[in-house]
Amino acid sequence: MLNDKRHGKLAAVAVMAATALAITSCGSSEPAKPAAGDGGASAAAEPVTITVHTFGGGENFGYDKAVETWNAAHPNIQVKYQNLTDRFEDVYLPQLLQRLQAGSGAADIIALDEGAMGLMKARPQFFTDLAEYGLESRKADFPAAKWDNGINADNKLFALGTDIGGMTMCYRKDLFEKAGLPTERDEVGKLWPDWNAFKAIGEKFKAANPGKSDPKFLDGPNTLYNVILSQEAPKNGNVAYFDKSNQLVLESNPAIKTSFDTVKDFSEAGLTAKLASFTPPWNAAIKKGGFATMGCPAWMLGVVSGAAGDDNKGKWDVASVPGGAGNWGGSYLAVPKQSKHPKEAAEVLNYLTGKEGHVMAFQEAAAFPSSIPAQQDPAVADLKNPFFNDAPTGQIFGASVKDLLPVFLGEKHAQVKTAVEKVLEGMDQGSVPYDQAWTKFVEAGVKAAG
Amino acid sequence: MTLHVDSPAAPPQPGPRRSAAARGPQRGGGWARFDLRATPYFLVSPYFLLFAIFGIFPLGYTLWVSLHDWELAGDKSFVGIENYIELITDEAFWNAVINTLGMFVMSTIPQLVLALVLANALNKRIRGRLFFRLGVLLPLITSVVAVAVVFTQLYGRDYGMINWFLGLFGTDAINWQNEKWSAWIAISTMIDWRWTGYNAIILLAAMQTIPKDLYEAASIDGATARRQFWQITIPMLRPTLIFIVFISTIGGLTLFTEPVMFDGNPTMSGGATGQYQTVAMFIVKEAFRDFDFGYASAAAWMLFALILVGTLINYSFTRRIGGSK
Repeated sequence: MLNDKRHGKLAAVAVMAATALAITSCGSSEPAKPAAGDGGASAAAEPVTITVHTFGGGENFGYDKAVETWNAAHPNIQVKYQNLTDRFEDVYLPQLLQRLQAGSGAADIIALDEGAMGLMKARPQFFTDLAEYGLESRKADFPAAKWDNGINADNKLFALGTDIGGMTMCYRKDLFEKAGLPTERDEVGKLWPDWNAFKAIGEKFKAANPGKSDPKFLDGPNTLYNVILSQEAPKNGNVAYFDKSNQLVLESNPAIKTSFDTVKDFSEAGLTAKLASFTPPWNAAIKKGGFATMGCPAWMLGVVSGAAGDDNKGKWDVASVPGGAGNWGGSYLAVPKQSKHPKEAAEVLNYLTGKEGHVMAFQEAAAFPSSIPAQQDPAVADLKNPFFNDAPTGQIFGASVKDLLPVFLGEKHAQVKTAVEKVLEGMDQGSVPYDQAWTKFVEAGVKAAG
Repeated sequence: MTLHVDSPAAPPQPGPRRSAAARGPQRGGGWARFDLRATPYFLVSPYFLLFAIFGIFPLGYTLWVSLHDWELAGDKSFVGIENYIELITDEAFWNAVINTLGMFVMSTIPQLVLALVLANALNKRIRGRLFFRLGVLLPLITSVVAVAVVFTQLYGRDYGMINWFLGLFGTDAINWQNEKWSAWIAISTMIDWRWTGYNAIILLAAMQTIPKDLYEAASIDGATARRQFWQITIPMLRPTLIFIVFISTIGGLTLFTEPVMFDGNPTMSGGATGQYQTVAMFIVKEAFRDFDFGYASAAAWMLFALILVGTLINYSFTRRIGGSK
């Protein structure tokens, strides 16, 4: 709404400006030249506007404060930040591809989810080479995995990292208490060193909540699957659906099979609320306490607090995740070639992905910074999240990303991911029988890759 | 100038061309002739221009794209009819076709029957007739998306009103999205809620054009109200019924918004295993989720063919209404 209003105003101003221009150019034919010269001079003094488009639910990228700070300090480069949608694969990405192809409509700075980086790397013609504006110098700030993902098929630097999705487990304190489980986050973390222990706790929870409409232990198959895959992929050659030569390894990669089997196990044991993630019923269940635990990469905290609302402050908490370190998601910023102000855009991009921008985004949206200086900054390392009972999220996520390894994501990663997760949802909700699920899972993945 | 053509003075003249030429000399005959012949075309041209830009061109371009392996913002190469061959062996496509036809039948038949009954009732002398006539039209002015959102919440598994109501009788919560039959019922009710009144009003308008003396004559001959309905009303409504069936066929086969909203997310997959994915959703999914423009274009042409066949079949059915009796 706010954004619409702003657009309305901007459009009105643009129309007025255009009319004024038309009047001056029509009214006088001879003295028009000096007038036009004046116009040119004033246009140069006018601030360049750099637009930033992002995606994500809840607090999304958390750039409100960072943008405000920049705009106050740079009257000549004004940043306009707009979050387009909460859905990446099926709304933001198709729209972005159309705008890139059309050559107009994309913002000066666009946010890209990790899942689409393979796709974007293969399309270097659409992006500005950031090395031309000196951003090559940022290399030392980033872990190698994050940096390398921003290098495209032409071997040019086209994107810099924003956040990384280090892993935790979110849990409902009130539901844990009712089920007679510990509620303090350190104790909760100790309950589940691995996924077997996690399942045992799940069984305990289920025994305390036997009714049909009682809360379930987990949300559904999607989050669990992605969390486990993020832990398993680094153990299996750092690949997920595609190997490094972009061949589909869905069926042969043990990481996928392990993740699938674990999800199937939890689903068959009746521990899930059978909800597909990022849907309205899922949001409602986060708010109303339809389930007790959910795998939470750093950025998910913003999603949970956004969906649960301020009324539920303190009901959710964060503990360590079973099974060790992993990275799910995390994003990048890039400057499309169509941008009219690539130099200024690169400057703003440098700021947003720099220490200052990263720290402010973490404070606002819990998006854990990918750059090392920001991670080490006390403002990040010591930050507590008030929504989650003042959980020391800086410390928790800092520990969870320490030994992170890069996972290669193929060009069609996003499509395959969407397709196979649909099968998981079907299996969990009963439309795909458990004994056929793996075959269907593979079929769906092969089809989406083909 | 053009008015002269239609004026009563024109017919006696041998032809408009000569009449224009006769009056023409001082103004330049060529121009007048051109004006006379071209103006009508000029006046109707806006429609045809728009139709060419937004109708013919996209049709042709879609056909062209469908012959390519065409990736959004990516490579394209000519593959001939390969997309079509792949499509007719694609289970997912036929699943979408079956869903579309299933939901079409499930929604349209009760809808038309109900509309007919409603129209017949509204055609009677009843108290507050205007109120009821306006009332049945009310759902039409609501937005499709709003209708779909509200119905989807009503059909919600955990917090939906329908499951709550069924729960009063001890029924387990139904996951409406999970099975084909339940999803089809849910979506059909959305369609019917919105369109039944619209069809009823059109049928009502047609009923009012049926001459009263037919009914009077029938009454004198001793025909019951039911017999009058079947022997007079239905046959006389035939052209309108054909129109309604056409419109419903096109609407039903391009069904899109309701199942998309029912899904709760815009992945266009129509449920986890495509329980209610329609052909329109299949097209959008291929084009804008999997970025395969060529394949999606081929599917769009198949949908066009499907609508054509569907309309023809329905036409041959409705044409027989009352005709044989």
